[in-house]
Amino acid sequence: MKRYLPLFVLLALVVLVQLVTSWTHTTYYLTQLTMSAYYSLVIIGLCLLMGYAGQISLGHAGFFAIGGYLSATLTTHNLVTYQDHTLIVLLKKSGCLVAGQDLYGGQLLVVQPWVACLVAVGVTVLIAFLIGGPVLKLKGHYLAMATLGFGTIVYRVVLANRLFGEADGISSVPPFPLLPGVAVSGGFGARVSNYYIAWGLVLIFMILLINLINSRVGRALRAIHGSEEAANAMGVNTAGYKLKIFMLSAGVAALAGVFLTHYNGGIGPSEAGVMKSVRYVAIVAVGGMASIWGALSMGVVLNFLSLRGVFGSYDDAVFGVILIVIMLFAPEGLLRLKLFTRLKKLRGGGQ
Amino acid sequence: MTPILEVKNLNRRFGGLKAVSDVSFAVTENQIKAVIGPNGAGKTTLFNLISGALPVDSGQVLFQGKPLQGRQPWQIATAGIARTYQNIKLFPGMTALENVMIGRHSRTRSGFIAGMLNLPRTWKEERDIREESMALLELLEIAELADSEAISLAFGQQRAVEFARALAAEPNLLLLDEPAAGLNMQETAEVARLISKIRERKITVLLVEHDMSLVMDISDEIVVLSFGQKIAEDVPTAIQQNPEVIKIYLGDGDDA
Amino acid sequence: MSFELFIQYVFAGLTYGIIYAIVAIGFNIIYNTTGIINFAQGEFVMLGGMIAISLQKMMPLPLAIALAVAITMVVGALIEIVFIRWLDRPSVLRLIIITIGISILSREVALHIWGESVRALPYFVGNEISAISILGARVSPQVLWVMGVCTVMVILLSLFFRYTLTGQKMQACSANRKAAILCGINARNMVTLSFMLSAGIGALAGCVMSPITYTSYDGGPDLAIKGFTVAIMGGLGNSMAAVTAGLMLGLIEAFSISLMPMAYKDAIAIAILLLILFIRPHGLFGRKDAAGLKEF
Repeated sequence: MKRYLPLFVLLALVVLVQLVTSWTHTTYYLTQLTMSAYYSLVIIGLCLLMGYAGQISLGHAGFFAIGGYLSATLTTHNLVTYQDHTLIVLLKKSGCLVAGQDLYGGQLLVVQPWVACLVAVGVTVLIAFLIGGPVLKLKGHYLAMATLGFGTIVYRVVLANRLFGEADGISSVPPFPLLPGVAVSGGFGARVSNYYIAWGLVLIFMILLINLINSRVGRALRAIHGSEEAANAMGVNTAGYKLKIFMLSAGVAALAGVFLTHYNGGIGPSEAGVMKSVRYVAIVAVGGMASIWGALSMGVVLNFLSLRGVFGSYDDAVFGVILIVIMLFAPEGLLRLKLFTRLKKLRGGGQ
Repeated sequence: MTPILEVKNLNRRFGGLKAVSDVSFAVTENQIKAVIGPNGAGKTTLFNLISGALPVDSGQVLFQGKPLQGRQPWQIATAGIARTYQNIKLFPGMTALENVMIGRHSRTRSGFIAGMLNLPRTWKEERDIREESMALLELLEIAELADSEAISLAFGQQRAVEFARALAAEPNLLLLDEPAAGLNMQETAEVARLISKIRERKITVLLVEHDMSLVMDISDEIVVLSFGQKIAEDVPTAIQQNPEVIKIYLGDGDDA
Repeated sequence: MSFELFIQYVFAGLTYGIIYAIVAIGFNIIYNTTGIINFAQGEFVMLGGMIAISLQKMMPLPLAIALAVAITMVVGALIEIVFIRWLDRPSVLRLIIITIGISILSREVALHIWGESVRALPYFVGNEISAISILGARVSPQVLWVMGVCTVMVILLSLFFRYTLTGQKMQACSANRKAAILCGINARNMVTLSFMLSAGIGALAGCVMSPITYTSYDGGPDLAIKGFTVAIMGGLGNSMAAVTAGLMLGLIEAFSISLMPMAYKDAIAIAILLLILFIRPHGLFGRKDAAGLKEF
């Protein structure tokens, strides 16, 4: 299967990087690579929405944050004071809640991470469904502004709400036990396992999304991008497809938010900021819009460099410059510059 | 014979202009029916009303006895009406084959989940879509263009791709909006041959056309529109004799 | 609510409202000549304020403001010339991303020149505690400056578009670009001019509001989103309706503070924006069929 070949290369690379870092005692790189993997997950989801279906979203940090914040709140908010409430008793009996002790030995009753994750992703997808209906009727500037507005509202809400920790965000989020003995957490000993968890998740979604792109649905999405009117006349339920891809892409962002929040042990309001959304769009654009591999590679490289602090205090400026330069000189993405297409043709001609 | 398409007292205005005014006619199964009329007679508007691209002001369109009002274009397409456009609308960034494959959309089913998981029935369906689409390109004698980007093809070839895309939907009724526009005489003759081929597939054809020789050659019946109103409906030989039709076409020295 | 408090809210609402209206008019001027929504519109306001703050240490306040407006206009022109002018039929998505990039860059440049601290121009007359009593409410004279200057700007702009040749040329470009070019109007220069004009009015608004609202490097996006809300409320491209819409939004925001926490004030404007986009994208006052010609 030709389409899966690059996935094996990616898998090999992932393993190779881990081996090299452990030989050279530079496993600290894995931390940023793990975080980059989660951000890249958001980016490949956005790539599907923007590059393939042609719908811009300047609110994807909002979906990421809803996922992360909900999971963080549910797994840290102490329900002990309500423990006699019938609903809480029921939830406890069904195993949705876990009891424990806080740092000072006080009783702690919080939502089980798996349940929290499902709720977080579910609620995000539901929100995407509710706002997607009206938002996706808009095009161009209007769609951009509406999604930007949505992202800003999420930002304001987390910033203004006690429950979400206001400007401090939420900390001491517990590990997320995926399987017995394997948990998503930022613990020192869990570095390698978490690196593989993150990249495993990326690989799974790459497989799913690549399949989708190459399917009847993917073709319909590209048709919508080309001409909504004609796609509709060919029998493509354009409104329905746009809504579904919006929900899928929001759900992937939320899932990334949940995992990264458990990995970092917390989440802050900057994750919901408009600059984050713009950054995701920038990376999709650099990767070439309709290129999921471009989005993934640029997502890893740029996030990794940014997280390593390479850009220093010019971090946002770098993304601004990238956006402008790419859109001015290579609107089809870096990999589609004329030079690259010529090389590709040469190679194609040789076969 | 039962009509496959019935248009009843159809009205549509743009601002003060009556683009389609109280038009009624019927198309019987496996017929080739043409709609003719001078520029601005409301022919393309009529097509847009039938295919759901424009909402109807009043009146009815019945397809196989069922009203189409309030249905989205994709629902109408799925019900079995396919169309082509006067100014060809192929999807950019997709090959000729992929464009035709989109045409199969309304006759296939795999959704998001099946697509993501690439289940056996999904890739079997995908394989069938590819083969059937390829067969259509062969039917139209453009199989060698399958992998070329559709919108970079020559005009006549694009028209053929659009034909194949419409046929891929296995429609019961095919709406052809000026299929010979921009084509030379030889190409027009091929279009005529093609439309006859289509009829052999038990597909009913409703076409809008300027080219009189083509219309007179292939159609069973002709509807004449002028300023949004139907002024005649008859077999070609009778239409050629109809004084009113002669007046609007010949009297104004138009392209008859 | 006491009557004095009510009047207080009204003045606060009108002050912010007229500023939103100016930002919205800035959006409209560029939109009308180019079809572009300039996401960097709020940065013009910020730049105007910041430059004037730096200059007034060296020269009298009126001169500093005049110079700041002139410099921002040059920046506006440069932005158009460097980033927009030479693009060949760019897609909407491309233009959105470019102007967002410009907005980020202007903000970052401002951050590195002026730092993170919040600054302000001195009050034009008196100081922060001086107040005039109007209908029992105490109103800062600066509030009257803001309203006065913005009102004069709106009037001058409408006269400019109606009665000067250049203004009419710009209108011709917005009505029908191709026809305007055929009539010998240099459409490209009109576009540059529209960027200058919209940068200029933004900068002037940024100066007069600075003493009350303060100026910080990251104040642009919030203003832009509100200005856009107002532009949409009035119907994109319709500047006179934008004034009404701006005052409405300002008043709604001002009174919202008495109903819900301050922190949600900004969320209200955005909620209104979304609501209008969903139900009346052609604006509160616009005609639907006229708006149908535009791309939503």
